[in-house]
Amino acid sequence: MSNAADVSVLRARGLRREYGKGEGLVRAVDGVDLDIGAGETVAVMGPSGCGKSTLLHLLGGLDRPSGGEVWLNGRRIDDLGEKALARMRRTDVGFVFQSFHLMEELTALENVELSALLAGRSPRAARRRAGDLLEQVGLADRARFLPSALSGGQRQRVAIARALSNEPLVVLADEPTGNLDSAAVLDVLQLFERLHESGQTLVIVTHDARIAATADRMISMRDGAFVDETRLSGGTTGQLGAFVGLED
Amino acid sequence: MLGRILLVGRIAVRDLRRRRIETALLLLALTAATTTLTLGLVLRDAAGDPYQSTREATGGPDVVAGVDRHAKLSDLEELAGAPGVIDHGGPYPVTPAKLQASGRTSDVQAVGRDATPASVDQPKLIQGDWVSDGGVVVEAAFAKALDVRVGDPVTLDGRSFEVVGVAVTAAMPPYPGGTCIVAVGCASGATPEVLAKLPPGLLQNPGLVWLTQADVRRLAPDPGSLAYVMNLKLADPDEARAFVDAHSSEGLAAPRLESWENILEGVTELARDARILLMIGAWLLGLLAVASVSVLVGGRMADQTKRVGLLKAAGGTPGLVAAVLLAEYVLVAVVAAAAGLAAGSLIAPLLTGFGAGLIGGTGTPSMTMSTVGSVTAVAVGVAVVATVVPALRAARSSTVDALAGSPRPPRRTGWLIVISARLPVPLLLALRVVARRPRRVVLGVVSIAITVSGIYVALVLNAFLTAQPLAAGVDDAQAELLRQALLAVMVILFSLAAVNAIFITWATALDNRHSSALARALGATPGEVSAALAAAQVLPALAGAIVGAFPGGFVLFHAINAITGGDSDRATLPPLWQLLALVLATVLVVAALTAVPAYLGGHRPVTETLRAELA
Ligand SMILES: Nc1ncnc2c1ncn2[C@@H]1O[C@H](COP(=O)(O)OP(=O)(O)OP(=O)(O)O)[C@@H](O)[C@H]1O
Ligand SMILES: [Mg+2]
Repeated sequence: MSNAADVSVLRARGLRREYGKGEGLVRAVDGVDLDIGAGETVAVMGPSGCGKSTLLHLLGGLDRPSGGEVWLNGRRIDDLGEKALARMRRTDVGFVFQSFHLMEELTALENVELSALLAGRSPRAARRRAGDLLEQVGLADRARFLPSALSGGQRQRVAIARALSNEPLVVLADEPTGNLDSAAVLDVLQLFERLHESGQTLVIVTHDARIAATADRMISMRDGAFVDETRLSGGTTGQLGAFVGLED
Repeated sequence: MLGRILLVGRIAVRDLRRRRIETALLLLALTAATTTLTLGLVLRDAAGDPYQSTREATGGPDVVAGVDRHAKLSDLEELAGAPGVIDHGGPYPVTPAKLQASGRTSDVQAVGRDATPASVDQPKLIQGDWVSDGGVVVEAAFAKALDVRVGDPVTLDGRSFEVVGVAVTAAMPPYPGGTCIVAVGCASGATPEVLAKLPPGLLQNPGLVWLTQADVRRLAPDPGSLAYVMNLKLADPDEARAFVDAHSSEGLAAPRLESWENILEGVTELARDARILLMIGAWLLGLLAVASVSVLVGGRMADQTKRVGLLKAAGGTPGLVAAVLLAEYVLVAVVAAAAGLAAGSLIAPLLTGFGAGLIGGTGTPSMTMSTVGSVTAVAVGVAVVATVVPALRAARSSTVDALAGSPRPPRRTGWLIVISARLPVPLLLALRVVARRPRRVVLGVVSIAITVSGIYVALVLNAFLTAQPLAAGVDDAQAELLRQALLAVMVILFSLAAVNAIFITWATALDNRHSSALARALGATPGEVSAALAAAQVLPALAGAIVGAFPGGFVLFHAINAITGGDSDRATLPPLWQLLALVLATVLVVAALTAVPAYLGGHRPVTETLRAELA
């Protein structure tokens, strides 16, 4: 554990997030300590309302903690300003949401390239990268489709391609298969497995045991706190660059 | 059937009360338009009717004839015997004089009358008695302007008189529009610079007073300097113009003839000009109101779809659903029509001003059934035009979709998306905001263009009224009144445009809640998102201002001229710097108006919005 902390991409200490006050106080995240090493895949499981989404938002700098500290790649982010947080999300974090959150009026290709454009890439580079990523998620032939013309599984694969657009340090996925039927779940599952093999750091919140089984570690949460942690066998590290075009 | 109407009404009222602010803004927008329309319509009737009643009450002449020297008195006597003339009053002597009353001095034309009533043009007393030696009767509008009353002492060329009466006549337009009878001539509405160039001794805006003939002769330095005026009654009043044409001759000393229609035109000229201004204003405001209502309805439809779904799921037919949606806006329109009619009839007397000189002209200008009907019809029409498409669309939408509460899907404007990829992040996001709702952007552009072209015309008219009141055919007081009418229209126009700008930004910010939150999750800064929301308003405003200032205002101005038969060559168009300043000011005002909604839209907590999308 202390060893992992040295190379940890994500680290949290005493992380808390509360909503409301007095009688209505909700401790959505209540004293979480966490270290995630480079290339590690961590699954977070727990009953509805236990604070999984909130934790993910705190780790990705989408939300600010009420207390505690978060480091991303050795840099403390819980006290950053909104602007600095945005810049950080742009380059270091990729989000994948349960309800995909694609822009409906943009084609698959345009959705994927949006992240790169926001990060200031040239339009041509952004487009080339988006094309490559769509090919890797198996949707090259759907590049010009609007989200409304894609199946749920295809939409989620587009969202995953978008999350990878800026070669983030960590991908944070919040129930990525929650809205999918089992055939689509398999597609996404395969994709995460390949991401894992390529050495991408991943945090996946999920209810799906099949997804959790691909992780190196599985964390159980209840009432805002970690109650159990299991190191799973068969977790791989390494083969950096075998996926998502990291080699070029 | 009755039960269904009650149901529709109840649902509509409840929904309106649930959204007070939007309802209030909508009411404001429609009321602005109906008020202006009411003013325009009321002023149409304001002057014509009182003149007719004054003519009846005073035995108003069909033709007024004047000569400016004693030697020509015989010409007037000849006219009295001309064929077609059945009665006459006069000739009466007229002399110029200076009247002083409670410290104020004014030029007057003093007409000498008999103490006994005349059958043609016996001025109708509003206060006091008719002329007697030493007693003066003052024309009502003039009395009002000078603030004199029966019993007040006045002097005429230094001699003391007492005001014994205040009266109205149909033989001359009320002060300050009076016609000139005296030999020295009159200057009405001239600026001091113009007066300095005119020959001295001219009467400036003379008022009208009546004295006894003996008093007038006493005021005149010598009998030869007196002018004379005679009032003629014709067998057929419709022949008055023809009579004037037949008996007018060239030459300085020839009698000057004026038909009653001519006098009426003088009376209503101001009302007509003000009315044209107000009618144009009402049109512009009506168009702006359509834009407001459309934006508002479009913005509301998104969250109304869910209610539509509930209504339908509960067994409401598409017809019932459309009826509820229409009923809401028609209800607001009816209230706005009532408010506009009330406000319009309260404001109208302020804009008529000259009313004091005519019977029935002192009170509130008349509110006719046709005015009430027109205003209501226009208000309801605006509401229906702006609502009917979205209402039908909502009514026809599938119940399942509506229950899912899925808002109107955004449009895809491909070329804008492609272009925007090359721009810096705030502009990239701004263009995509624009591309998502092109119709709303068009409404925004149109709304600004209408306002700016209205301001353009106001600039031209204002410059014209300031520079050349004489050429415009109005005197100072009238110019002032017209300028007030202009200002009133502009203030309302401007407020409505501001309300529109706020509506549109607000609707845009709401509409872009999700995409703004998403852009921020993907790494756009709050500043970039705020800048994008603001730019999405300011860029269309810039386009609207340019369209409104350059072709728009010019076209509108010439359209007005064509309608009014005005002579556009006499007007100077605004210089380029003024137009550029207008465009710049518009952009700045829009930027200021949109700053707050744009800031809030860009700084909303991301996670709450993304979470809400799941629910
Ligand atoms: N904006 C908010 N205001 C108040 N309470 C909130 C807010 N957002 C979340 N919560 C509460 O915080 C707790 C944790 O919520 P969170 O969404 O993180 O749970 P979760 O584990 O992701 O649940 P699920 O599996 O259903 O997605 C819940 O009790 C929730 O009601
Ligand atoms: Mg959750």
